[in-house]
Amino acid sequence: MVKDIIVENVSKTYDSDRGPVEAVKNFSMEVEKGDFVAIVGPSGCGKTTLLWGLTGLHPFTSGKAIILDKIVDKPRQSVGIVFQQANLLPWRNLIQNIYFPLEIMGKNIKEYKSKIQDLIKSVGLDGFENHHPRELSGGMQQRASIIRALSFDPQILLMDEPFGALDAYTRDEMDTLILELWEKTQKTIVFVTHRIEEAVYLANKVYVMTARPGTNSAIFNIDLPRPRPEGITMEMRYFNIVAEIKRKIVEDVEKQKKEGKYKSQAYSTIT
Amino acid sequence: MDSYDKELEQKVPDFEEKQDTHSKEISNLNISSAAYSTQIRGWKQTVGIIAVAIFVIGLWELLVRVLNVPDFILPPPSKIIVALVTSFPNIYQHLLFTLAELVSGYLIGAAVGLIMAAVLTQMPFIEKIITPYILILVTTPTIALVPLLMLYWGFGIGPRIFAVALATGPMVMINATTGFRRTDLAKIALAKSYGASTFQIFYKIRFPLALPMINVGLLVGGIFGLITAVGSDMVGGKIGLGNRISYYASLARMSNFFAIILLVALIGISIWIIMTIVGNKTTNWSE
Ligand SMILES: Nc1ncnc2c1ncn2[C@@H]1O[C@H](COP(=O)(O)OP(=O)(O)OP(=O)(O)O)[C@@H](O)[C@H]1O
Ligand SMILES: [Mg+2]
Repeated sequence: MVKDIIVENVSKTYDSDRGPVEAVKNFSMEVEKGDFVAIVGPSGCGKTTLLWGLTGLHPFTSGKAIILDKIVDKPRQSVGIVFQQANLLPWRNLIQNIYFPLEIMGKNIKEYKSKIQDLIKSVGLDGFENHHPRELSGGMQQRASIIRALSFDPQILLMDEPFGALDAYTRDEMDTLILELWEKTQKTIVFVTHRIEEAVYLANKVYVMTARPGTNSAIFNIDLPRPRPEGITMEMRYFNIVAEIKRKIVEDVEKQKKEGKYKSQAYSTIT
Repeated sequence: MDSYDKELEQKVPDFEEKQDTHSKEISNLNISSAAYSTQIRGWKQTVGIIAVAIFVIGLWELLVRVLNVPDFILPPPSKIIVALVTSFPNIYQHLLFTLAELVSGYLIGAAVGLIMAAVLTQMPFIEKIITPYILILVTTPTIALVPLLMLYWGFGIGPRIFAVALATGPMVMINATTGFRRTDLAKIALAKSYGASTFQIFYKIRFPLALPMINVGLLVGGIFGLITAVGSDMVGGKIGLGNRISYYASLARMSNFFAIILLVALIGISIWIIMTIVGNKTTNWSE
């Protein structure tokens, strides 16, 4: 299989006023083309740091990340990013926001128009093209930001808790939506979340990180049918996997505590 | 390479939607916030405002006539209007002259102020060194320099344009600087993730973010320019609305005097209205 993303022993240390903070330590990961990988871990374990390292904007202190056979050292047109917040430009309307990346990249918008229109339709934003962000709900804004990330047709989609700021109902809706988009577009997706339920529902593979400094704890292959059957999140086989991952995280925390390495971070398995 | 790269290396931007506080942000003057608090008025308010104006003008007319106040102390509004209309062919050239100095000085000052703000905010060190001098220019009434300028340069339009530019420029610059400093790292990171150049970041992100404050600067700068234009006319030479003010005052022709004051007030109000419209058109997204 072709490996779209290879992460080898990456670490990131921040210089803060209170001395260096080791956020990520020796994390490694491999993602195959067209795969859907989720990364979970306790709050503050360095998930955002890791994902931002992959964007090329926020370099790792050591180790290396390779995306599509090239070392990540700057942002790339083959990578789309969805942030925690929609981060739309308030002075542009929805369609102008979606065209923003194409504009920056100097691409011919005409060539992408029909594909983008399709995407807009598939997330139910058609008819809102001329609305400004302030006229859109949080869920609609985040949907727009996903289409924006897909507008220039990148092979890879990096998502950092994209639905974390949304309410529970909208979040579940968005989870279903992102799966539909994934099945339709065949993108390679790395999805960061602290909700284990979400990770299991979405991904083929779940990487678990330890509490800070975040490093590899375990990898779970999610053996649930594709496309996910209706109501799968209410089935025992689903709960079992979720419980297994939660057990692992609790175990990690207990271990770190015993070794006196645990740096009290508010964490609960009930997320 | 620009300064954000360094910041982004050490920090993931927080995505807190920045509340738009332009209208509340302290600018140099309170008029600036007045410009942004102009909302669409209901008809009741409009009627109320007009009623107050009619009442005040009517009361003025009535008191002056009933108390037999002599014209050289306070003429009634009706005489001021008559004076304005009858002497307009005469005043006309003075009006044009003052408008010319105001508009040219304003355009020069605003352009220089804007460019300096845009460039200097890109160079934090130089900005810090220059800012105190700009503050001196903002706080010192430029009008005080006009006698000197005229001494060097004669009584023509040149020194007056220069004075207006010197009054407008720093006002525009200091407000625009505040605007350009409102960098939103999350939005810059967004643009950078698509490979945006420094220039693209400037005109696609930083400039729109700064626009509300730039508009404030352009409004305040315009009002300061007007004050300086009229003041310069008073200092020397024989032309301009300011000159007419001194002239009519010295002859105690108060109806004519007030007619000029009325014209100056109308120019000021026009500046305000124009800039409010520009502000609403360019930053309608911000509220
Ligand atoms: N600029 C910084 N300076 C110093 N420390 C930082 C900085 N940014 C993050 N950290 C620390 O690094 C650690 C990892 O942060 P990061 O945001 O990557 O975690 P996370 O797993 O995404 O957390 P969350 O679940 O809250 O989103 C945290 O403990 C945080 O306090
Ligand atoms: Mg995070």
